[in-house]
Amino acid sequence: MSEVLAASGAAATDVSVPAAPGARPFWRRLRAQRAALVAAAVVALLVLVALAAPLLTALEGQDPTSYHPDLIDSARGGVPVGAFGGAGADHWLGVEPQTGRDLFARLVYGARVSLGVALAATVVQIAIGVAVGVGAALGNRWIDQLLSRITDIIVALPLMIMSLALLAIVPQSFPRPVLVALVIGLIAWGNTAKIVRAQTLTLKGLDYVAAARLSGWGAWRITRRELLPGLAAPVITYAALLVPINISTEAALSFLGVGVKPPTPSWGQMLTAADVWYQAAPQYLMLPAGALFVTVVALTVLGDGVRTALDPRAASRLRVGTGRKREAGADKEDTA
Amino acid sequence: MSAFSGLTGFVLRRAVGALATLLALSVIVYVVFYAAPGDVAQITCGPRCSPEQVHQVAQQLRLDDPLHVRYWHFLQGIVAGHDYSTGTSVEHCPAPCLGVSYQSGRQVMDIITAKLPVSLSLVSGAMVLWLVLGVGTGVLSAWRRGRISERVLTAVTLAGTATPVFVIGLVLMIVVCGEFQWLPFPQYVSLTDDPEQWAWNLLLPWLSLALIEAATFARLTRAAMLETLAEDHIRTFRAYGVGERSVVGRHALRGALAPVIALNANNLGSAVGGAVLTETLFGLPGIGQELVHAVDVVDLPVVVGMVLIVGFFVVVANTVADVLFAVADRRVVLA
Repeated sequence: MSEVLAASGAAATDVSVPAAPGARPFWRRLRAQRAALVAAAVVALLVLVALAAPLLTALEGQDPTSYHPDLIDSARGGVPVGAFGGAGADHWLGVEPQTGRDLFARLVYGARVSLGVALAATVVQIAIGVAVGVGAALGNRWIDQLLSRITDIIVALPLMIMSLALLAIVPQSFPRPVLVALVIGLIAWGNTAKIVRAQTLTLKGLDYVAAARLSGWGAWRITRRELLPGLAAPVITYAALLVPINISTEAALSFLGVGVKPPTPSWGQMLTAADVWYQAAPQYLMLPAGALFVTVVALTVLGDGVRTALDPRAASRLRVGTGRKREAGADKEDTA
Repeated sequence: MSAFSGLTGFVLRRAVGALATLLALSVIVYVVFYAAPGDVAQITCGPRCSPEQVHQVAQQLRLDDPLHVRYWHFLQGIVAGHDYSTGTSVEHCPAPCLGVSYQSGRQVMDIITAKLPVSLSLVSGAMVLWLVLGVGTGVLSAWRRGRISERVLTAVTLAGTATPVFVIGLVLMIVVCGEFQWLPFPQYVSLTDDPEQWAWNLLLPWLSLALIEAATFARLTRAAMLETLAEDHIRTFRAYGVGERSVVGRHALRGALAPVIALNANNLGSAVGGAVLTETLFGLPGIGQELVHAVDVVDLPVVVGMVLIVGFFVVVANTVADVLFAVADRRVVLA
């Protein structure tokens, strides 16, 4: 009897977890979707711009925070001097009304804030959500009840209202981008926890986890070696869908004046005063709005693509769509 | 008969659960805001208070008492109301008393009830729009599956879900009110004063809020419709020669409505967040604008009261949706 158990235990350690499709099929399935591929390229470009912001602005010879009063027509209420909002060789995309700060520099540094805050918030959300979800699924009845009730309450918190209120009471000396990421992450982890709990409960009932438990593995080892790999697919999918939502939330909070504060540039914050200037300097409105739109659309499409690529039922769905031949061929390749 | 008593029990259990959630919500919100580091009296009173005012606030807030005693007092106010001193006289704050603003001296509940009609007008009108637009688009794109019109609809709804609500509102306002002057810039007119002006002035705010939400509903409805259309009973309807219009518009839609109801309740929280942005953008004097103002001057009692009111609406909506869900779909396990 003990030999059987030992054998099944060995099998559980040797055989890789079947729940996640694995890295190679994942990339192949992602590549099979044209829209996701384009979106991935756009996202990569945005990340590159955000990382290279100091380089790009050095190339332009400007920085995001310097005032240029000489480029502002104070007689006309602070409108930028010259055509196209002051755009030219010195200031590629023109300058901000009233302050004369360089728009290109603010836009590329804004990409850092938008992407950085959204990613950091997602990491916090996923970390708390996975910890609470796995804890609820593996703990005894009382722990599950407690954690699930807390999750219910967190889900009931209206994110915008709560973060708006929280951001107001924290002293202004606290670094704002970090604070915004923390607040979003600490309020909006409820759905992640629910998904993780449900998935963990499903995994817990599977044979290979039972085998690991029977062969005497501890709870921690089972969690790390057997459960977390099985959770990877749903968690990655959900994280990919959270990032664009977080970008919108950060932009909205900064738009309302409680998020990232000047002089640190953020796309949402740039839009706060843009409606007053749309006639004199239309790019002051259109650049941050367009940047937000493109970023969120690209990340959403990429998130959808990741979901399709990781969903076990997606193979058939892909076949229904345009990628029929390619995916069918890929499947044959799989079995070969 | 037993099904009915099961349903009654289910409703009761849900109601008790909702009450417990609200209680826990109030504890969390109260503790988070009033146990925050820093001089609570100074923060509560706001940055523009004199030392005497700060001292007065400290007395009114009973800052010498431990936190749980103060919370108990706050809870008593909500259930039974309580009297408070303004320094010169004693006023009564009737139940449900959410406290008193230290900026304006007004009772928080009065501020909220004064602003609530605007926010309710905005959210309820937008909700009608997003349900009609969203479900309609979803049904249409499920029906037109695989054709060009479906692809266009999918692209439009994707753009809709991805656009921040204030960007849509900003663009709508500039195009409709600024550039072409089809409509004047919105100014809130009360429904009871002039229903026609009320609707005209709210048209753009409704659209900005509804377009975003509608996109989410369109995506969900489409997925639910496709799932229902693939079910056996739909095939049976078709086999019996029921017209396509009736199959899609009546029988399949009925099966797809349950998740739409659930999403509508779940989305209420995000819709309220969208309403804050819409109100701020269009200058509508609702709860959202008041909240942004209260946050600006750090008027803590107003902030706490509004967070709790919004949380109350969200919890109630979710509970009602759960019950509706159980009534509409008897397969739901009543546990």
